[in-house]
Amino acid sequence: MSAISIVYTILYYAATAILILGVANKVIIYAKTPAPLKIPTTPAPVTRMGVIVRMAKEVALFYSLFRANKWIWLFGWIFHFALLLVLLRHLRYVTDPVWWWVNLIQPFGKYAGFAMVIGLAGLWARRIFVERIRYITNPSDHLMLALLVGIGLSGLAIKFVSHTDVLQVKSFFIGLMTFDLQVLPGDPVLLIHLALVAVLMIVFPFSKLLHAPGIFFSPTRNQVDNPREKRHLAPWAAKLERD
Amino acid sequence: MADFDVPELKEYPVIPILQEDVMAHSKPYVAKEEFQQQLSFPGELVENWEQVAVKELGDLTKKYRSLKVFLDSCVKCGACTDKCHYFLGSADPKNMPVARQDLLRKVYRRYYTFAGKYFPKLVGAVDMTKDVLDEWYSYFHQCSQCRRCSVFCPYGIDTAEISMAAREIMDKVGVGQKYCNEIIGKVFKIGNNLGLPEAALADTLEGIEEDIEDETGVAVKLPLDVKGADILLVTPSADFFAEPHVDGLIGYAKVFHEAGANWTISSYASEAANFGMFIGSYENMREVALRVRKAALDLGVKRIIFGECGHAWRVAYSFLNTLAGPFDFLDPNYPVPQHILEYTHDLLEKGKLNIDKSLNDDKVLTFHDSCNIARGSRMGDKPGGQFTIPRDVIKAVCNNFYDMQQDTIHDSTFCCGGGGGLLTDDLMEIRVKGAEPRMSAVKNVVEEHGVTHMAAICAICKTQFSKVFPYYGFTMDQVISVHQLVGDALMLSGQKSDDEEVEDEAA
Repeated sequence: MSAISIVYTILYYAATAILILGVANKVIIYAKTPAPLKIPTTPAPVTRMGVIVRMAKEVALFYSLFRANKWIWLFGWIFHFALLLVLLRHLRYVTDPVWWWVNLIQPFGKYAGFAMVIGLAGLWARRIFVERIRYITNPSDHLMLALLVGIGLSGLAIKFVSHTDVLQVKSFFIGLMTFDLQVLPGDPVLLIHLALVAVLMIVFPFSKLLHAPGIFFSPTRNQVDNPREKRHLAPWAAKLERD
Repeated sequence: MADFDVPELKEYPVIPILQEDVMAHSKPYVAKEEFQQQLSFPGELVENWEQVAVKELGDLTKKYRSLKVFLDSCVKCGACTDKCHYFLGSADPKNMPVARQDLLRKVYRRYYTFAGKYFPKLVGAVDMTKDVLDEWYSYFHQCSQCRRCSVFCPYGIDTAEISMAAREIMDKVGVGQKYCNEIIGKVFKIGNNLGLPEAALADTLEGIEEDIEDETGVAVKLPLDVKGADILLVTPSADFFAEPHVDGLIGYAKVFHEAGANWTISSYASEAANFGMFIGSYENMREVALRVRKAALDLGVKRIIFGECGHAWRVAYSFLNTLAGPFDFLDPNYPVPQHILEYTHDLLEKGKLNIDKSLNDDKVLTFHDSCNIARGSRMGDKPGGQFTIPRDVIKAVCNNFYDMQQDTIHDSTFCCGGGGGLLTDDLMEIRVKGAEPRMSAVKNVVEEHGVTHMAAICAICKTQFSKVFPYYGFTMDQVISVHQLVGDALMLSGQKSDDEEVEDEAA
């Protein structure tokens, strides 16, 4: 095993642990923190099923964002949908045999990388050129975009410019999963791509990327509008009643 | 008439060019020690206030999932940046919802996140300092908690929740707002925001009864503290004397009279408003809400109906059951509580009210959706009933009605500019500027359809518009209660029509 393979082995075990434990920790905190009052943004669904539909519209179509701003919606939705395709396509590097539906989306996933970068570029341009958005931007917001664009461009470079031994890459990742460690090819573009992805995994639980689990816990979107019919009492509020 | 520039009204919404800190000088009066202590808050800035504030912030993120999730989730996408009426009217970028949230978020990040602790510059995290506190005091009192931003946020982040938390923290370190805290103290002591004691309230109601009888010849009663009444009416105390509110109260009384209802007002709970929500204090909001429960129990009523008020209806509809429930001692055939518009709407649908729409033919109406009703509550049993029921009632009693532009009504409605505890003279500039988006929409509908009056269903909206309409070239009497329209078109049993009166006089 080369030194690089060892470094990346450790890096990916660490990044995976941080991502899973970090996000799990946050999700547990969100789930455990009480929502003491009914605060859905109304009109809101009056049934649980209605809430599932509302949440699905938000997660899949970015419905509220669509109402708010068509440009942000367009770039944001393109980026996220393309990212989803790209991620699903990447399942082929960690499954053997490759699932049939992963093969099915392979041709789309290949080009989704471009869409992803275009979406990010649009969002970044707005961050730079729209005065209001520039005002609310911190350095970390630029860095996050840089990181994602870096991942996208390096990934595209591997696919379309500077190929690597993907079969060996696949062996490396399946090896990680089965604790049967394998060698990673030493192509610089691949190493950059994988390093950036690991950084993304590590910063995920400590950054605004928490919006991904966060939306599911947003009381304005996930509450049923039934306060007159059903009493809603948080444990700390119930304690006030006993005192 | 103003020592500041009144914004120009626009044909369509224009996003202003940023003018940093133009509203930084706007600050309401600070609450004096006695008012702070009535609410169990320290009387002045406590010694180690920085630590107290930071600790309180941490505690609040453990008590409110909304706060925790909202502070973590914002990606600074900018969707909300052009949605706040105070930003549109003032151009101050700190009035953009995300920027307002960031005033609190930057402190949260500094003390409660890994990135903020070790890389503060990177994520815009800052220490809790006096400058930060001053900025909070200014800008968290330029938010009316209207929730318009939360409609458009992809994660539903509601700046109202952040504002409430910030105000709670400021109260806990001893820097409360005079207007809200003094008023809550009055409710605790006397029973209503105005500090109107029982005797004065009884006098006022008697006077209103006389006025109605003089005008209609019918003895319509406004009962006070009647034990064993069926219905307890809880209405904002402004309805007892302010214009145009009182005409709405007369409308409720006429409707109750025609329905043959056995109803009463309570002097103990003579206030629908609950400013405990504005200051984000669950405990104080609960104390105020419990007065309604006690009044209902003491008077032995079967139903509770709330009068026209925006945030009061949000607290009543969304929170009352939680804060002061369960209401299993009331008649289970009716929702608890009910809105007066739900009650009137039901009577109109059943044809139980004798309406002569032509009596409102001197007016062309439009309707202002109150923010807290539109985005924080419901009427009826279907989502969106809070939009259809008031309009149905208006259309049932008026021939001429036109809505304002789509993006300024329903859940996109603009706040009047005076909600959230800002309805005080020391905040006049931001109130006038914040009214600009609504005033522009009014102007357009006036020019397009010849609208003469705007109906409202909130005591704060009515007061605010009466005050700011003149700044924009309108008159204060163009603001009207929905139940005034109902009352004016309602033919009371035994009431003589105008023609008959003329004959009487001739005889």
